[in-house]
Order: sequence, then structure tokens, then C-alpha cells
Amino acid sequence: MKFIASHRNLWGLLALTSFILFAGWFEITHPEGFSSLTGGIFTFDALVRIGILTIVVVGLNLLMGYTGQASLGQAAFYGMGAYFSAIFTARASVVGIPDTIANSWWWPWLLIPAGMLITGFFAYLVGRPILRLKGHYLAMATLGLGIVVVILFRENFGISAKVLSLTGGSDGIPGIPRLRIGTYELWPVTRYYFLVWAMALLSIILSLNIVNSRVGRALRAIHSSDLAAEVIGVNTAEFKTRVFVLSAIMGSLAGSLYAHFQAAVSPPTFGFVASLDLVIMAAMGGMASVWGAPFGVAAFFLIRELLRARMHLVVEGASGEYEVIAFGLILILLMIFAPDGVVFGVRNTLHRLRHKPLSDS
Amino acid sequence: MESTITTNVATRKRKPSMSLRQGLSVLLLLALLLLIFWLGGKKHFGLRQYAQLIMDGLRAGAIYALIALGLVTIYNVTNVINFAQGAFVMLGAMITADLFAHQLLPFAPAVNLFAAAVFAILFTTAVGLFIERVVIAPVRDASPLTLIIITVGVYIVIQGLALLYWGTGALKLPAFSTFFTEATRDKVYRPFGVIIKGQSLWIWTTTALVMAVLYWFFNFTIYGKAFQASAINRTAARLMGISPSKMSLLAFVVAAAVGAVAGIVLAPVTSPTYDMGLKLGLKGFVAAIMGGLVSAPAAVIGGLLLGVVENVAAGVTKSGLKDIFAFIILILVLLYRPQGILSKAKETEKV
Repeated sequence: MKFIASHRNLWGLLALTSFILFAGWFEITHPEGFSSLTGGIFTFDALVRIGILTIVVVGLNLLMGYTGQASLGQAAFYGMGAYFSAIFTARASVVGIPDTIANSWWWPWLLIPAGMLITGFFAYLVGRPILRLKGHYLAMATLGLGIVVVILFRENFGISAKVLSLTGGSDGIPGIPRLRIGTYELWPVTRYYFLVWAMALLSIILSLNIVNSRVGRALRAIHSSDLAAEVIGVNTAEFKTRVFVLSAIMGSLAGSLYAHFQAAVSPPTFGFVASLDLVIMAAMGGMASVWGAPFGVAAFFLIRELLRARMHLVVEGASGEYEVIAFGLILILLMIFAPDGVVFGVRNTLHRLRHKPLSDS
Repeated sequence: MESTITTNVATRKRKPSMSLRQGLSVLLLLALLLLIFWLGGKKHFGLRQYAQLIMDGLRAGAIYALIALGLVTIYNVTNVINFAQGAFVMLGAMITADLFAHQLLPFAPAVNLFAAAVFAILFTTAVGLFIERVVIAPVRDASPLTLIIITVGVYIVIQGLALLYWGTGALKLPAFSTFFTEATRDKVYRPFGVIIKGQSLWIWTTTALVMAVLYWFFNFTIYGKAFQASAINRTAARLMGISPSKMSLLAFVVAAAVGAVAGIVLAPVTSPTYDMGLKLGLKGFVAAIMGGLVSAPAAVIGGLLLGVVENVAAGVTKSGLKDIFAFIILILVLLYRPQGILSKAKETEKV
């Protein structure tokens, strides 16, 4: 547990945990709910979604921010986890799982690590060759990969009606059961909330550990220069693949959690636009920062909800769809002025204002 | 200096036996062809059906080729993959269709169409110019990842504004042949029973024309030659007094204009919507990659090939799978022929 060596991380973890506990406690004890604290902008549901997406974005941060390997198809892994859980629970009879197993409380729990394993294996197979590519070639290859996976969710190769009923085509899969332990159901949402955030905190701790270790230094070396990293003895291909697999596994975990939260999955949730949203979240929080992930996701949700609620004041009759314009602008501005994320951008600007030389982040 | 070192590393890492690889790819190609005929046979496809699929594929391919031309033009001088290329196509199509529908000029519809098209091209070019100056120029030396995300942002903004202005509904533009005949529907030619729409001829002619104009521009004008010099070696060109900033601007102007033209000729066959650009831009990118991303003629061939392969593959399997083939091709080409499917050049570290 090397990350504890850094007091900043320990305090951060403490602060985040206490906020999560507070929000959960408030929602349970106050009938008006957590959303009343934020003037109705943040619902409690949004907090759960933020937790789920934090897991994905933490993985994306490791891959894009620390290692410098683009991924414009990360939502595909998120989707693979979600579909894996969905197919083997809601479509258990189609797959041929006996009812006694499919209806047992431990079956969905077993599927989550199984889905992570399979998604990780898939990422390994694909990542090996794909990560040889660099720069925009890699970006485009991952983008292609993401689109291919979502089309497969939607079309199933069109082999037969039985196969089509597996993923439900463009309608997706409804009726995914909630998670439970024995007879204790992790629902209503207040119970599920704690599970999601426990997983999110675990993934944050895991990432902090990786970043502050030998591996983390190797990853940053790869980010600075592939060649230089190779020369000083970093097996770049191996490390890149490992991070890619890890980020895919995190995506899969989040996907499974999403499936049991939403109780339904459908292709658009995991498409190209979703991958872009993930990149925007990562960029907002600061790509090369594990802590940026929850803040990036939260900022994304906050801005989206604000725009949905206030956009009609700016443009007559505008509904929420136009929030994309704002997100596009934010993305451009972030990339031009603070490519390392808002937190670093502000810090660097402060440094510049004080005429101090920039410290290497 | 650095580039020579990296090239060595790249070539030393992999030592495939070329003849074996070539033999394998020929075998693979034959197997794929057999698979296509087998799948087509199950649907009782005759020669005419295949010819029809190829013809339709060539029409889509010509559009991909035009988009790829724009992408290659920008990539050559700025090393930017312009995600917003699809947005240029969308703007060209939407503006022309919208202006034409209003019949602003008191002349014949054909004149109106021409005026609308010219305005659409000019407007899109202005957008390209604006993007280059405001968004691309300030971050010229940023990493490829940053640049790509920026152009993604540009695409999102343009599409969002289009949604704001036009809404989600599709616009309509009549086929160009209807302006020259009394008919209200597009002319249809049937050589050997294969159906070819009049608009397809317009698309092919326009593509050829655009290519000819670009060829003339890049080879016979001083700006074009400066542009080529800048694409080949930016530093040397700069030392010769060619402004890289101006050339970057020129690239975006040319790409935006070509994109708009593609949108205009495409509009009658696919009722244009605000979100048509993304898929087209991506397909254009696949075409450009097939051509190796640096060569304009190869990009055109890549576009036509992509259109045909995609259409035939979707024809013998299932139309919903159409997009999957393009991206599988993309991944395969990136992995095994990143220098382009036609190029004989050795793979370089650019990839």
C-alpha cells in the first residue's frame, strides 16, 4: 500500500469517503432526499451513475493520461461487461443455464468477475497487435474497435433468430435482476449506492498504487517517449498491453454494475458517443490524475444537468439536446488551454502568474 | 536523425518472409472471394446482382473518395486527422438543400440550385478557415491525441449548431437530372439490366472533376507547388520562404470546399440530416488509411474500393452489418498494411 506514503492521497481518500457516507446517510435519513441539497440538480441516481462511470474513467486515465495511449472505444468494454451480465441473467434460459442456478443469489455475483476475465482476455487478444500503433492511428483503431463491438451487440451477425434474441438487437435486454446477498436485496438505490462507491474507491486505490510504483514510472516513461522507455529497459509492448487490459477490466466491472443498476441495457449506451463522453470526462478531470476521474465525471454530470435545466433561458425553446454544443466547446477549450485537466491547468496558471518555473507534474 | 534511428528499430523488430506473406494474402483473398460467392449463392445472386452491388458501391465509394481527399490534404501539411471533415460534408448538403427549398432567386430551379451550391461551398470554406485560425493554429505543436480530440470537439460543436438550426428532420434535394428534363423523378439508366441512377453519374463526374481541378492546382500553380513542397518537407519548404501557417490555412480551405462539394452531390440520394457527417467522415478516414493517408490518388482508389467491398459484403450478408466491414478493414489495414494497400514502400515509424 504505497499510496499511503503520500498524505495528499490519504486525505483525498478520507474526504471522498466521508462525502460518500454523508450523501448516503442524508438520502436515507431525510425524506426530501439528497437532491434537495443541490437544488434538484444532482439526483441521488446521478451519484450512483457518477460512481459507476468513475470506475471506467479511472481505467481510461491510466491508459490515456499516464501511458499516453489513446482509446476512443472504451465504452465497448463497458458494454461488454454490461452485456455479459445481462445475457447470463436476463437471457439465462436462451443460453441454457438451469433455472436453479440462474435464480440463485450468487450467480450474478459470479458473472461480474467472469465478465471481467473475458473482457480482459478479449482486450489482451486485441490489444497486443493494436497497441503497436501510435498517435492517431491508435485512436482510429480503437474507435473502429468500439464501433464494431456495438454493431455486434445490435446485429449479432444476423445468423439466426435465436442468436438475435440473445442481445435483443437495437432494443437491448430488459429485465435484468437486482443483486442480492442471500435474501438481502441490494436495492433500493441507497443500498446499491454503497456497493458502487465501494468498487469505485477500490479502483481508485488500486490505480493510486499502480501509479506510485515501479509500474507507474514505467508507464510515464512510455508516455514521454516510447523509444527512451525501451532503451532504459521498459518492455513497452508488455506494459501497454497490461494497462489496456486493466482499463478494459475496470470498464467491464462498471458495465456489470450498470446493468444491475439500470435493469436494462441497449446498444446506444455503449456506442461511439458514449466513448467520446468518457474522453470528455477524463479530459475534464485531468487525464494524468487518478483523482481527476471522480471530479471529471461529476463535472460532466453537473454541466449537463445545468445545461438541461437552464439552456432554454439562453435559446428560446431549446431543450437538453443542445448541451452537446457546450460540451464540444468545453472539450476544445480544455485541450487548448489545459490539456492536463482543469486542476493542473489552474495550478499551472497560478504558477505562471507568480513567475515561478513550472514544476513537472 | 531521429527518424532514421526509429526506422531501423521498426524494421529490425519484424522480419517476415515477404514471399510467404504475399502467398498467404493471395490465399486469404481467394478464400474471402469464395466466401462471398457462397453467401451470395445462398441468396441466389446472379451476375447482375453483383454488378448492381458493385455499381452502388462505386457511388458510395466516390463520396468516400472525396472525403478522403480532404482528409489527406489536411494531414499532409498539418499532421492533423480532421475529425470535422464529415461536418463539412453535412454543411454542404444541408445548406444547399435548405437554400434550394426556399427558391430565393427569381430564376429557374437549376440556377437556384447552382447559387445555393456556390453559397454552401463558400460558407463551408469560411467555416474551415475559421476552424483553422481559431482552433488548430494555436495548438500546432500539440500531441496527435490532443489534436484529434480538438477536432472531435469541433465536430461536436458544428453538429450541435446544425441541430439547433435545422432540427432533427431530414431535408430534401431533388436529383439534379430533374432540372434538365420534364420528369419529376431521377433518370434511370439500365445497361445490361443494372440500374444506374442519374445522380450516380453526377457524383462520378463531380468526383472526376474535383480530382482534375486538384491535380491542376497542386501541380500547375505556384500555391499548389508550395503546398506540395510543404507536405514533403516542412522545414525545407519553410527555409525556401513558404509559410507553413499559410499552407495549413490553404489545406483547410481546400478540404472544406471538397467536403462541401461531396455533400452537395450526395444530398439527393440520402436525404441529409444534421448527424450525417460522423459516419461519412469516419468512412472517408478508412478510405484515406487504405490509401496510406498521404497519397491523394491512393486515397481515391481506397475510397472506391471501400465503397465496393462494403456494399458487396453487406449485400451478401445483411444490410445492418454494413458499417462493420469498413471498420474491420480499418483495423486490418492499420495492423498489416499501415503504409496503404497499394504502396510498395516499407512500413515506417510514422505509424
